[in-house]
Amino acid sequence: MSIDAVKRPSGLTALANPTRFLALVKVLLPYLWTATLILLGLALWMGFSVPDDYQQGRTVRIMFVHVPSVWMAMGAYMVMVSGALGVLVWRHPLADVAARAAAPLGAAFTFLGLATGSIWGRPMWGTWWVWDARLTSFLVLFIIYLGLMALWNSVEEPAKSARMAAVAVLVGALNIPIIRFSVEWFTTLHQGPSVVRAGGPSLAPHFLYPLLIMGLAFLFLFITLHLMAMRNEIMRRQIRTAQRKAARSHQSGGQKTSKSTSETST
Amino acid sequence: MRALLMRDMRLALRSGGSAAVALLFFLAVVVAMPFAVGPNAQLLATIGGATLWIGALLAGLLGLERLFQIDREDGSLDQMILSPVPLPAQVFIKSLAHWLVTGLPLTLTVPIFGIFLGMNAATVGASMATLFVGTPAISFIGAVGAAVTVSLPRGGLLLSVLVLPLCIPVLIFGVGAVRAAVTEPDPFLPPFLLVSAISLFFSVLGPFAAAFALRLGLD
Amino acid sequence: MGFPSPQPVVKPLIMKLQVNNLSVNRGEEQILSDLSFSVATGEALIVRGANGAGKSTLLRALAGLLSSESGSIEIVEPEAEFADQTVSDLCHYLGGDNAMKPALSVEENLQFWQDFCGRPHLDVEEALDMVGLDGLQTVPFAHLSTGQRRRIAIARMLVSYRPIWILDEPTSGLDAASEKQFSALMQAHLEDDGLIIAATHIPLGLASASELELQTFVAESDL
Repeated sequence: MSIDAVKRPSGLTALANPTRFLALVKVLLPYLWTATLILLGLALWMGFSVPDDYQQGRTVRIMFVHVPSVWMAMGAYMVMVSGALGVLVWRHPLADVAARAAAPLGAAFTFLGLATGSIWGRPMWGTWWVWDARLTSFLVLFIIYLGLMALWNSVEEPAKSARMAAVAVLVGALNIPIIRFSVEWFTTLHQGPSVVRAGGPSLAPHFLYPLLIMGLAFLFLFITLHLMAMRNEIMRRQIRTAQRKAARSHQSGGQKTSKSTSETST
Repeated sequence: MRALLMRDMRLALRSGGSAAVALLFFLAVVVAMPFAVGPNAQLLATIGGATLWIGALLAGLLGLERLFQIDREDGSLDQMILSPVPLPAQVFIKSLAHWLVTGLPLTLTVPIFGIFLGMNAATVGASMATLFVGTPAISFIGAVGAAVTVSLPRGGLLLSVLVLPLCIPVLIFGVGAVRAAVTEPDPFLPPFLLVSAISLFFSVLGPFAAAFALRLGLD
Repeated sequence: MGFPSPQPVVKPLIMKLQVNNLSVNRGEEQILSDLSFSVATGEALIVRGANGAGKSTLLRALAGLLSSESGSIEIVEPEAEFADQTVSDLCHYLGGDNAMKPALSVEENLQFWQDFCGRPHLDVEEALDMVGLDGLQTVPFAHLSTGQRRRIAIARMLVSYRPIWILDEPTSGLDAASEKQFSALMQAHLEDDGLIIAATHIPLGLASASELELQTFVAESDL
């Protein structure tokens, strides 16, 4: 995502930058939606037209939803990490908006990954859930996403919640490898390497292409939803600023209230 | 620095302080366990290490909420930030004080709880050793959570949600080491050293991240 | 850190706190804009203004508790002893809260701050005597009245030495007699080549004090 970098968070640039971003989003969204829908349709059609797997039967098609969800679940965290760095290092006004908008999406894709994994696991492993390394670490990731969302929501002031959440996101990011490693250790200790790992490295090309197209479709879906979520977040903040300004000018004399109500409507 | 350590410990040990409550809470969790799983001595002994670790984790989280919150409310945090002593060092000291009044006493009372749970000497020893090296990690990771949620009115719940997932590795290796000490073929040392490594890692990362968050959270 | 010095040490020093074009934001709002002034040792600056004009914001920014958006806060012409130190290192900040633990006694509280802040000045007993509360050493802080608590917080500034005092409504909760006592303490601090910046609406009774009037500033900022 290339957003024009503006170093200073104050003054006219801050005003212009989100506004420019909103205008850009407005232009881009129809194209993005079109691309997303075409790719999704194509990937679904390809996915359903592949022959059944000789081992897994038709359940192999769950992979086409499961694997891209997992990719996006991890990708969303990457977006949050870069947003957090953007907040702390460059103080970019849109960085926190980007990070914050990515969190619910990441949580949703993680949930989708967990749910499809579970549905896939039922016929494959004979149970809805196993304490497999991947499933377990994704469960932890899911909890981390929810915790971060709660943190963002519970700090009232955006500037402050941005910095707090950025610290939490980065500490979480440093932890993820440790969690991953410990969970790996935990599962191998407890049940041995008997878990059937679906897919495997040698994926036949007729499965690979639908998967890649679906991955691309999910990527576009993510970008589209992310831009929309960012747009909503910016608008929410503009309303907030306008409301606070109204309160302030009311406090300092009252004669400015007519001006601030006109600002609220913009 | 010693003044800060002494003051924090004194506050925790005074009546109404967090140390006694944490210990009581630990007792309550450990005692509740047999009621949940049944009085089967064999089973209780097997899950003894796990019970102690869960108890220690929850008891550790209990007092963390107030780690910086009281200082913020009464204005001490402002003074700490103005102090010439680097803030990460102060956070380290405060986390250390938290550990000295929660993690350490819990570790030392393990032999008593071991009797309740029907654990043998080897398990008790292993539990004490792993809790000793593992509980500091809870205090140090928790300090970050406490710093991030310092200005929230009900930060305690959020703190637990944020900190618990990050404590999972400590729990896995801690309980794993206790288990390994009992079941013969598994080596005790690797998970034990991993717990120690995590504690050391967070004793560095935790204070810096927490101090950073405290500074950013000023208003 | 350790032994308190037995008598108040008079520290001759010359320095100036220079503020240039300071702007400070709180959240998204700009509270202070383009503020410049300077205060030298031996001088007091009284900051006035309506609620919300940014008095507390200014004091917190001066102490280093808030970062400024633009402009600078500098110590100019410092005495050798205070060279290369920031305002944070050289100031006592007395905010709205007293920074005392209710569970600890008055003496434990003050002793802690002396050990913690370093540069011991008066010992605890002398400091308590100065604020007229000698004899309350062993009383838990929680048992004191509002005015007494404030006086203990003032005593905190006496137990370790800082040339700059930044005071936010220092006399809140004090009765007339204690206010007078506090004015005398401030006067003594100024004569000791101290420097005071205080926000208040009531006269502090200082002989040589300049004033800074803050206007409510409605900024045009967005997001």
